[in-house]
Amino acid sequence: MKRTTSRIGAWVAIIVGSAYFLLPLAATFLFSLKMRRDALSFDAYKVVLTDPQFQATFSYSTLMAVLTIVTGILLVVPTAYWIQLKLPRLRGLVEFITLLPLVIPAIVIVFGYLKMYNSSALLPLTAHERSTDLLLVASYVTLSLPYLYRSIDTGLRAVDVRGLTEAAQSLGAGWGEILLRVIFPNVKSAILSGAFLTFAVVIGEFTMASLLNRPAFGPYLQLIGANRAYEPSALAIIAFLVTWASMGLIQVFAHNGRAKPKTA
Amino acid sequence: MAFLDIKQISKRFGTHTVVHDIDISIERGEFVTFLGPSGCGKTTVLRMIAGFEAPTTGAIHVGGHDITQQSPQKRGIGIVFQNYALFPNLNVEQNIGFGLKVRKLPRHDIAAKVAEVMKLVELTGKEAHYPHELSGGQRQRVALARALVVEPKILLLDEPLSALDARIRKNLREQIRDIQRRLQLTTVFVTHDQEEALTLSDRIYVMNQGRVEQHGSAEEIYTRPETEFVARFMGNYNLLKAAEAHQLLGMHIDGHMAIRPESIHVLATGSHELGTFEGVIRRHQLLGGVIRYQVESRGVQLLVDRLNRNAADLMPVGTSVRLQIHGDDMRVVR
Repeated sequence: MKRTTSRIGAWVAIIVGSAYFLLPLAATFLFSLKMRRDALSFDAYKVVLTDPQFQATFSYSTLMAVLTIVTGILLVVPTAYWIQLKLPRLRGLVEFITLLPLVIPAIVIVFGYLKMYNSSALLPLTAHERSTDLLLVASYVTLSLPYLYRSIDTGLRAVDVRGLTEAAQSLGAGWGEILLRVIFPNVKSAILSGAFLTFAVVIGEFTMASLLNRPAFGPYLQLIGANRAYEPSALAIIAFLVTWASMGLIQVFAHNGRAKPKTA
Repeated sequence: MAFLDIKQISKRFGTHTVVHDIDISIERGEFVTFLGPSGCGKTTVLRMIAGFEAPTTGAIHVGGHDITQQSPQKRGIGIVFQNYALFPNLNVEQNIGFGLKVRKLPRHDIAAKVAEVMKLVELTGKEAHYPHELSGGQRQRVALARALVVEPKILLLDEPLSALDARIRKNLREQIRDIQRRLQLTTVFVTHDQEEALTLSDRIYVMNQGRVEQHGSAEEIYTRPETEFVARFMGNYNLLKAAEAHQLLGMHIDGHMAIRPESIHVLATGSHELGTFEGVIRRHQLLGGVIRYQVESRGVQLLVDRLNRNAADLMPVGTSVRLQIHGDDMRVVR
């Protein structure tokens, strides 16, 4: 009797929770299909996908995301590896630093950048579009640090970093070879998880791109949302699909990582 | 100068000294074991030879060259770890060929050398397997092959058999010794297992609390321990305190008297030879081919081993026996 009651309680919680998340999404999706009067259609999606501004901003954000992922991986993998191998006592401090972007609002970070790198500063990164892009990538690396570091650190902890490093060293491998041939391949699934999380964060980011005045997908979403009726709903669904695809890929790679044990 | 010459080496971690001014000399082609309990510093010495730890003081010479400051990559010393440390992303062939690839050898040379060493460790046919598809013994043979294929000047074995079950351990240790003899490879083996050390080694360094307690051949270490620690660590020595030695044998000594259980003779009942003494069996234990008796004599407890040849050899508890120990089987240890 008690078991039946708890089972009913669990189902009620699942139904209420699912309704809370899925109903607004279903309503948004339904609304996005109502652009044509008296019929359901994908017209709003067609308008959005053929809009040159959508293509330009989405491509720009994708490029920024890829650059962020590459920069982040090059920064985080050697750092997390070195912390685990040589400086385990600093792990707490580094974890704290990587968590700061979650605590400090993006707007505070970007105002800091504008103050530090404005056109009259010693390093005037905001003076040119390309250098502002660099600044945007740097800010995205900062934003994605909590996800990327945690993901890669978890991956490294599952591997016998010291043993593998020493085995490779005794066989004559230098640090570059150890990182590229031994460490990277063995934390590949963790790196990919971090990369997809980073992609999901960057693709819809608004504050940094808007205040640095860059033509990214986040500001475009805001612009369309303020001026159109059905297209914002279509864009919201597209953004959800991109995020979900990223999450799905994380699951796929995480599963593949588990299927092949990391300890020899 | 020996091929591997370790001079006055010490290692401190913060304020804790784990290795105290050790001197070790190993000749080319020798199989030497560092034997001792956990925390005695044996692995730290091995890691200093490999270059993974820098000595706080002292120097390491190989073939007359000082390698103390050399990186592990440049030392040409192979190592096999207790936990194998195989690269999980590479198959057996790629794992073994890793060191040759790093040395940028032509592909066909790598293939030939890998095939040769795989045959040596009896792994032919397992080329495409990944480490997680192999048994513990097979993984350790891959690790051994990976270390051997680069033709190291010295092979270091860091408790390579500890994670394996008894049967595989025995087979693999015979295989390791056989390969070492065939290749005449200078080998340093680290273990806490006395039996492994005794069966494998040309010489043994017994270590305790960061110091070498005694070194010598397996025979010397087993039959002529110099310290109480070595006697206790190497087996089931009877270690009599000075007062007990006097009580039992009427001898005045400084330190302890060490007597191996198998060197105490059990004489026929009624024997009254000179230098014999009487005892009563208090307990016995069947150890396969040997029966171990606990005999009480003149208030001193002694362990006495006798061969278990047939059922008649098993003497019941309470039996009175006469015991004899020859003078050269008694050792006074520090």
